[in-house]
Amino acid sequence: MKYQTQKVAYPFFIAALLLFAGQVLFGLLAGAVYVWPEFMAEAMPFHIMRMSHTNLLVVWLLIGFFGATYYLLPEEAETELHSPMIAYVQLAIFVFAGAAALISYQFGIHEGREFLEQPFWIKILLTISFLMFLYNGTRTLMAGRRTAISMILMAGLWLAAIFWLFAFYNPANLSLDKMYWWYVIHLWVEGVWGLIMASLLAYLLVKLSGVDREIIEKWLYVIVGLVLFAGLLGTGHHYYWIGTPAYWQPLGNIFGALEVLPLFSMVVFTFYMFWQGSRNHPNKSAILWTLGCAVMAFFGAGVWGLMHNMSWVNYYSHGTQVTAAHGHLAFYGAYVMLNLAIITYAMPQLRGKLPYNQIRNMWSFWLMTGGMAFMTFTLTFAGVVQTHLQRVMGENYMTTQDQIWVFYAMRFGAGIVVVIGALIFLWATLGKPREQKPAGATHVASDNAG
Amino acid sequence: MIEGLSRNAARNIFLGGSIIFFIIFVGLTAHSHYYIVTESTDHEGLTDQIKLGKHVWEKESCINCHSLLGEGAYFAPELGNVWLRYGGADNPDAARQGIKQWIRLQPLGAPGRRQMPSYDHLTDEELDALIEFFRWTSEIDTQGWPPTISG
Repeated sequence: MKYQTQKVAYPFFIAALLLFAGQVLFGLLAGAVYVWPEFMAEAMPFHIMRMSHTNLLVVWLLIGFFGATYYLLPEEAETELHSPMIAYVQLAIFVFAGAAALISYQFGIHEGREFLEQPFWIKILLTISFLMFLYNGTRTLMAGRRTAISMILMAGLWLAAIFWLFAFYNPANLSLDKMYWWYVIHLWVEGVWGLIMASLLAYLLVKLSGVDREIIEKWLYVIVGLVLFAGLLGTGHHYYWIGTPAYWQPLGNIFGALEVLPLFSMVVFTFYMFWQGSRNHPNKSAILWTLGCAVMAFFGAGVWGLMHNMSWVNYYSHGTQVTAAHGHLAFYGAYVMLNLAIITYAMPQLRGKLPYNQIRNMWSFWLMTGGMAFMTFTLTFAGVVQTHLQRVMGENYMTTQDQIWVFYAMRFGAGIVVVIGALIFLWATLGKPREQKPAGATHVASDNAG
Repeated sequence: MIEGLSRNAARNIFLGGSIIFFIIFVGLTAHSHYYIVTESTDHEGLTDQIKLGKHVWEKESCINCHSLLGEGAYFAPELGNVWLRYGGADNPDAARQGIKQWIRLQPLGAPGRRQMPSYDHLTDEELDALIEFFRWTSEIDTQGWPPTISG
């Protein structure tokens, strides 16, 4: 670690990982209700579990992004962070707001738009914290060297904050409500978060592969160009059936299909850079997560998205378990694995160690990734059967659900494996470090060349 | 393909292209806004009762079990067309009564069946408003979705 203030990232990563554990545990509870419908029906109804599951996900991913930004900005800008104090206060506000939302949900206090359930005052706190982060990051960026990586990363975060403001706009007309709701949801995960993802991957590749920055940053511009060219009008694939005009169908088909391109190019990018690079970095588990992130994002967001975002397919599959399958693998591949890659890379430096507990970390990689893949397959089968029974044959919803129970049982099994994998990840990264260096790796972990 | 491209050229393509696509996107959503208000929904007919109904829908977070126009949690039935499933198009009074009775019956307590929580804390006025919101929603022009009445 070259700059003292990079250590600000440490509490961010710890908070993110603890909330991650909470997220998968709520997911496990919700998965259990699909198998045993009366499970906790009185104590915690399904809708509370689900909003806890999804909200914790978004909160911990954002905290992870904040931490990652604080970690890499000093190195990229070649200057200390503008204010570590602002960073700590901002983290405290964000964690407090996230925890307050989670607790209030258990008492039935929430707003009612999907993923935006946080009570108004909590939304305000999240906004304040986000703005403090942007101020801190931007001041650091302006004070030092501006690289493509840091500029695109900060641009992605600024745009995320701007589109978040649509969370405060809730028109009485349901169709308008839904149209602008996607300004937050889609333009985040299929738009500006793509900028965050590509720039963080580029940073990891600069560090891990040793390929020249000039080449990596050129790739980065091409990829984020593809992300936005396809992703902005790709919003059309959410505008098929909510009262918006019919022209969104051809637009959604064309640009929805193109959304695969940036994801595929990220696979090519990561593998090609490691192929080209001469550096033999000792943090093999970070390399595994980096490659895994690109691959699983391509399948989860790209392939599984393409599978049902054509309007003539979506007409039948919209709002079935096919969507649930896609949602799970897309978030895991693109954003969960991205955060875990950064954390795996940065933790040894933050704790002043050589890469440690690598074997354990890789176990968690394969357990979680295997579990998520299996979960995605079971939900896909469930969704295909549901689509046929309910949307083609016209059978009643509950009758259909009874017939796909077996897939939910298998999904629950996959969920247990994911939770075990997640807990092993926490153990590997936060637990007692045992330094592990693979044979032949010559580079030291604190390498900051780039 | 990438060898022939300089970093600055790549940056300019990214910036220029993104701005153009963003402008197109905003223009199309502006038109869609107009289309929603004038054509696909009964914007004039958004009474205070329907607004209250939407508020009840949100306050109870129905979307975290049900779906509405296909968006939601997929754990419980689609409600965008629940008004039509209850025959509201032909017999609105019977549909109103039927939906209300169904909600008042919860929790059913039927073994082995997903349990909808009790909504006894909702007043008659709130339930009527919620059902009116369902009626209004069922009249949105959704390009023919869903394919069957099952939702």
